[in-house]
Amino acid sequence: MSTETAEKSPALKDSEDLLSKRRKKLITDPLVDDNPITIQVLGICSALAVTTQMQPTLVMALSVIFVMVMSNLTISLLRNKIPTRVRIIVQLAVVASLVTLVNEVLKAFAYDMYKELSVFVGLIITNCIVMGRLEAYALGNKPYDSVLDGFGSALGYSWIILTVAFFRELWGSGSLFGIPVFDSISSLFGEDFQLATNGLMVSPVGAFIILGLLIWVQRSKTGYVEH
Amino acid sequence: MELFNLAVRSIFIDNMVFAYFLGMCSFLAVSKKVSTALGLGSAVIFVLTITVPLNWLLNEFILKEGALSFLGESFASIDLTFLRFIMFIAIIAAMVQLVEMVVEKFAPALYGALGIFLPLIAVNCAILGGSLFMAQRDYTLAEAAVYGFGSGTGFFLAIVALAAIREKLKYSNVPNGLKGLGITMLITGLMGVAFMSFMGIDL
Repeated sequence: MSTETAEKSPALKDSEDLLSKRRKKLITDPLVDDNPITIQVLGICSALAVTTQMQPTLVMALSVIFVMVMSNLTISLLRNKIPTRVRIIVQLAVVASLVTLVNEVLKAFAYDMYKELSVFVGLIITNCIVMGRLEAYALGNKPYDSVLDGFGSALGYSWIILTVAFFRELWGSGSLFGIPVFDSISSLFGEDFQLATNGLMVSPVGAFIILGLLIWVQRSKTGYVEH
Repeated sequence: MELFNLAVRSIFIDNMVFAYFLGMCSFLAVSKKVSTALGLGSAVIFVLTITVPLNWLLNEFILKEGALSFLGESFASIDLTFLRFIMFIAIIAAMVQLVEMVVEKFAPALYGALGIFLPLIAVNCAILGGSLFMAQRDYTLAEAAVYGFGSGTGFFLAIVALAAIREKLKYSNVPNGLKGLGITMLITGLMGVAFMSFMGIDL
């Protein structure tokens, strides 16, 4: 990852496949081995707050994917024009415009979702993954590679928050995507059988604990140890 | 009394970290030592206390629907709410730059300790989140100032407490996969449980 892959072999680059091995790695690396949340500790911020339900989480994940791909593309196209001293402001402006776009689209076409996500769509601006990838990758690499990199990181982020949301909604509300799973299971076994939901999962604490355990499982698998 | 109530709410009940997950990046990254946590915590209090009222003024007199009516009749129908994100983040970035310069000038030791984390405050969710919540909840100017200070203090408390716990944690034998981030998340969860006990307090 990061800048070392930057300008390794400029001569080879022109003839590279659209999805060469190196480019596939750009997408697959952030999924597990270099996951932005569990390994790099970035972007845990705002998005966890929406993970009580699957549906808003999915919308959030899609928004983040859109914002990351587009901002990586824009910054990468502008990378030779941006003076180093003002790069943060430029990045913020680009990301903020994209997020405003997402916000207005939600407001126009999915008002309920817009109300439910409230300020958290806006907080994508300050999601550390977005800025982190812009700084570490898009500023030094070609547009197509940057798009792949952004897409990969956003995917790695999305599957983590979707997994957290899956467990939180299932255990906290007994449903998935609003479909009452626990109730249907209970009804299979007759009147007396009731699956209880856990109120702690709906509260923020549930997210911390599930994410902590998820990190444990994932790091034990990859063998990554933090010192 | 209303204001005091709001302060207590924003510090303990609607705590930035434990209730809204805001500012988690720096919360996790800078909580290894109490001294740096103190520095970052105070910086967050400072920046939040300034930016929230500042953004309130911006929102009230420029961005809100009909806010420009003081310029004349024809401006009354203008709604610039969609510019909220960009304007808020611009104010925040400018303020952070200012804080950075002040700290560099007057407290070089602190500047050295915080290193790259001061610029990170600009992209700290807690700062932008404070302003966005302020706009969403229609606070008055006084409330906005108290809310900014209160939520900053909440973040300060959380990060210093976590840093203190993590300093002790160095001597415990944590399973390999759980080292670092994993155990920190679990501890944050437990701290969240502790903070839940403040729920329902209404002065």
